[in-house]
Amino acid sequence: MGAAYLIVLILAAIAFSFGGILIAKIFVKGTKNPQKGQAYECGIPSDGSPWNQFNVGYYLFALIFLIFDVELVFMYPWAVVVKQVGMPAVVVKQVGMPALFEIIVFFFILFMGFLYAHKKGALKWI
Amino acid sequence: MFSLESLTTIVHIWLNKTFQPNLALLLEFVIVGVLAITLFAVLGLVLVLMERKVAAWIQIRLGPNRVGPKGMLQSLADTVKLMMKEGLTPDGADKFLFNLAPYIVMISAMMVLAPIGFAKGFQIWDINIGVLYVSAISSVSVIGILMAGWSSNNKYSLLGAMRSGAQMVSYELSVGLSILSIIVLTGSLSLNDIVLSQQNGWWIFKAHIPALISFVIFIIAVTAETNRAPFDLSEAESELTAGFHTEYSGMKFALFFLAEYINIFIVCAIGATLFFGGWMPLHIGSWEGFNHIMDYIPSSIWFFGKTFFLIFLIKV
Repeated sequence: MGAAYLIVLILAAIAFSFGGILIAKIFVKGTKNPQKGQAYECGIPSDGSPWNQFNVGYYLFALIFLIFDVELVFMYPWAVVVKQVGMPAVVVKQVGMPALFEIIVFFFILFMGFLYAHKKGALKWI
Repeated sequence: MFSLESLTTIVHIWLNKTFQPNLALLLEFVIVGVLAITLFAVLGLVLVLMERKVAAWIQIRLGPNRVGPKGMLQSLADTVKLMMKEGLTPDGADKFLFNLAPYIVMISAMMVLAPIGFAKGFQIWDINIGVLYVSAISSVSVIGILMAGWSSNNKYSLLGAMRSGAQMVSYELSVGLSILSIIVLTGSLSLNDIVLSQQNGWWIFKAHIPALISFVIFIIAVTAETNRAPFDLSEAESELTAGFHTEYSGMKFALFFLAEYINIFIVCAIGATLFFGGWMPLHIGSWEGFNHIMDYIPSSIWFFGKTFFLIFLIKV
């Protein structure tokens, strides 16, 4: 049942945005002017198109983000069960130890990847 | 005692008694939608005014004081002004994406409202993966921002959007990791369970050192994610005129502006839920009398008080 409320919320957002834009369109009578349609770049006529190559650093950042974000998604289910895994352990101190050890292995492998990326200069901002 | 939980059940029972089940369900949907829109509008008005007044108070000046008593109606007047402005689309812009971007940002801001518990029993959808849902949906708004910046056909917009996107995306990881400590302590992703687990003390007091560390990380990362003051290089006014919404005007600009403030509210609400117990009143262990007195303050007041405290913290 709850999922239906997501559709309600999406529709509410669309209604809110569309309503506002529509009201503005009804009330406002704009004027035509060739200079109005120009890109605003501090009053200087635009030189060349911005739709060309941009700094590759952003792309690398996005790629590294993707890796670490997926890693974070893997950690959520771990965080939920870390209290329960290893519960039947005899000693109370060992509660949660197997899961803890596994996440350390996981982190070690990930950290090696991070070191590699760092050594290759992927995190360096020119 | 006035409580929102009894109000929702009264409305639910009354609707089901008066109308057919299907019609009652439809009416409930309409009520939820209208409430969400009202919350958006009111929050936009209040937060803009609050930011200006608090900034003025810190810098020992008056702030807005002309419209209404003590300038209370200033943001209402600003809204009317923005509605009366012409919404321009630049000639060189990618028109479809340019007009689509504000909708995407607004939809993602609206959808994050679903799992937040505003008061006891006052939650739109108690989804069992609440925290994951929030972090997933809130990163959709990056797409809207990149879309806006790219489609404007303006170099400043593109650079601002790229910076904004890179910053939001990279600080999201720190937010996720700081939330993780609370999930480990609670053992559940549902926001309702997290609130209920703080019945005998909020996590920030109960789980002292880990929670404090993650709270500090959370506040700093969230400030960066919402592009607030020390981290606002995505709309650095001296180099990029206004960041990704340079070309937007009128109502579309207002929507971006509103979505920014709503995102601040949402991250603060999440922070209040995780560290300060959401709508849970201040309970201390086994102090029965004290806990009972605290219960007399309505849960919605607790929630909004904590949220606005965190907003204050982020803005300062």
